[in-house]
Amino acid sequence: MKKIEELTFISRQIRIDVVKSLAEAGSGHLGASLGLADVFTVLYFSVLNHRPDKPLWEDRDRLILSIGHVAPVLYAALANAGYFPKQELMTLRKLGSRLQGHPGRDHGLPGIELSAGSLGQGLSVAVGMALAAKMDKKLWKVFCINGDGEMQEGSIWEAAMSAAYYKLDNLTTIVDRNKVQIDGENSDVMEIEPLVDKWKSFGWDVLLCNGNDVSKLLKVFSKAKSLSGKPKVIIAETLMGKGVKTIENNYKWHGKVPAKEDVYDFIKQINNAYNF
Amino acid sequence: MKVFNNKGDKSTKIGFGEGLLSAGSRNKNLVALGADITSSVGMNIFTERYPERFFSLGIAEQNCVGVAAGLALAGKIPVFSTYGVFAALRTTDQIRISVCYNNLHVIIGGAHAGISVGPDGATHQALEDIAVMRVLPNMTVLSPCDAIQTKLAVEAAVEKLNSPVYIRFGREPVPNFTDENMEFNIGKSQLLHPGSDITIFSTGHLTWHTLQAAYLLEKQNISARVINIHTIKPIDEQAIVKAAKETGAILTAEEHQIFGGFGSAVAEVVVKNYPVPMDFIGMNDNFGESGKPDELMKKYGMTYENIISKAKDLLKRKK
Ligand SMILES: Cc1ncc(C[n+]2csc(CCOP(=O)(O)OP(=O)(O)O)c2C)c(N)n1
Ligand SMILES: [Mg+2]
Repeated sequence: MKKIEELTFISRQIRIDVVKSLAEAGSGHLGASLGLADVFTVLYFSVLNHRPDKPLWEDRDRLILSIGHVAPVLYAALANAGYFPKQELMTLRKLGSRLQGHPGRDHGLPGIELSAGSLGQGLSVAVGMALAAKMDKKLWKVFCINGDGEMQEGSIWEAAMSAAYYKLDNLTTIVDRNKVQIDGENSDVMEIEPLVDKWKSFGWDVLLCNGNDVSKLLKVFSKAKSLSGKPKVIIAETLMGKGVKTIENNYKWHGKVPAKEDVYDFIKQINNAYNF
Repeated sequence: MKVFNNKGDKSTKIGFGEGLLSAGSRNKNLVALGADITSSVGMNIFTERYPERFFSLGIAEQNCVGVAAGLALAGKIPVFSTYGVFAALRTTDQIRISVCYNNLHVIIGGAHAGISVGPDGATHQALEDIAVMRVLPNMTVLSPCDAIQTKLAVEAAVEKLNSPVYIRFGREPVPNFTDENMEFNIGKSQLLHPGSDITIFSTGHLTWHTLQAAYLLEKQNISARVINIHTIKPIDEQAIVKAAKETGAILTAEEHQIFGGFGSAVAEVVVKNYPVPMDFIGMNDNFGESGKPDELMKKYGMTYENIISKAKDLLKRKK
């Protein structure tokens, strides 16, 4: 397990890579990609049992990205973990790239478990994988990343019900609780609260955590690991745009990217946030 | 014969919003339903003006369609719009049973049509919506060719029909070349350019490309008739049969899968009434991918150049 300082350093690097690759792409989703940088760092550099040199290793933990629009943070995490050369990040969203706007499994990028981009589907797929692991008595785990706006899709709750019914304690989902989505605050588009009670009533173990604090994330994942008998949900409270002060917590950055001439300033802001 | 000029590029989604605003200002029963992408489908023009006639339902497309059915049963005219992939495909069963089987006046706007959606990639490029929507009984399928026509299509959907409608429109700004005074009759095709060697039927954004192809073919002494089909269902059988008889070869152009799409709809009429050689411009059983819109149109063979070369190949097959 890596030390907190190391993980913090990596999360900074991932944020910078996200900013650079999106500015080069000219389109894409910066807000939640930045907000989730700490969650992805902790997953790929501490929690997941995986082998970047052997992406299809049978016993690997599976990470299912249900919110395909945050592909840039997944790609940056994978590249920093060594799945593919970092310079390939600059091909994001370009014709012929393995880095599709939303992850596409058939484009050959190592580490992509699922093609995704239509909200509300990933958790069901994660349930299927977790069921298969249980059938085969495998010890690998399934992790899923959901958005809070995504909680509005009915299929999320169909998946939730089935995971609890089959006692899938090998499944952990992380809900990116940034309280915003495309049209505005979640509560102005369609209220999702009381979120903790909803998950509890569906039979899940629920953990709340500051999703932008690496040490707290480490603790919550280890707590989740210690629980058994039920599927687990970690509600990770994050800030959209975290790390770039001037855009933080602003829903308008859901689907925006920095202009090329702003990259320097964005990276400077990230470094400031880390006192770097 | 009239030569159509580009009056300036404009996204058809803006036409969608303008249509909602004008039809909505005349009919207080028109209500809009949003699924978290109201402005990127153009609906914001209406919702800002009439906030009391807008219901935000969250990212829950299936619920949106059901709620629309309920509103329609209680006397409202609901318009629900999101990206076409979700508007038509996430919700197909709800559209089939709650809307079509009940034959309700629900208007569904499918935005982001075709591969010209660009860098978002395969998940967001609606390439199967025509096929799925046109197969549903009672459904009318509209696919206007520019922003002006999209506005007229929305007005007609609200004011001329009392049954389910799917309206397809795109994201990228495209040449705006028709005019407000051009009649928009649901079910009636539009002859845009006369011709006797071949007929090219086109729909949506590809109509502009088709016109350019016809102008260029003319310089090579090939006379191509161009017919814009803004109503894919019910389709203008008469114009298709007439074209088959008079020109003896038919090409279709759409930004959509060839299987089951607009070209298939034309072929159904041709095969039944007057078989002639045919070919199809469209997506050939592939998913899309990320890239710039024009790069993708080129890569997947949906430009005026492809129309020209397929038209020429088709002429060789003419008896
Ligand atoms: C089924 C479906 N409907 C709509 C969309 C369009 N869409 C992409 S992201 C998004 C908002 C998601 O909200 P949230 O999960 O909170 O993500 P955040 O905005 O925080 O990144 C929407 C509506 C989609 N991708 N899939
Ligand atoms: Mg959110």
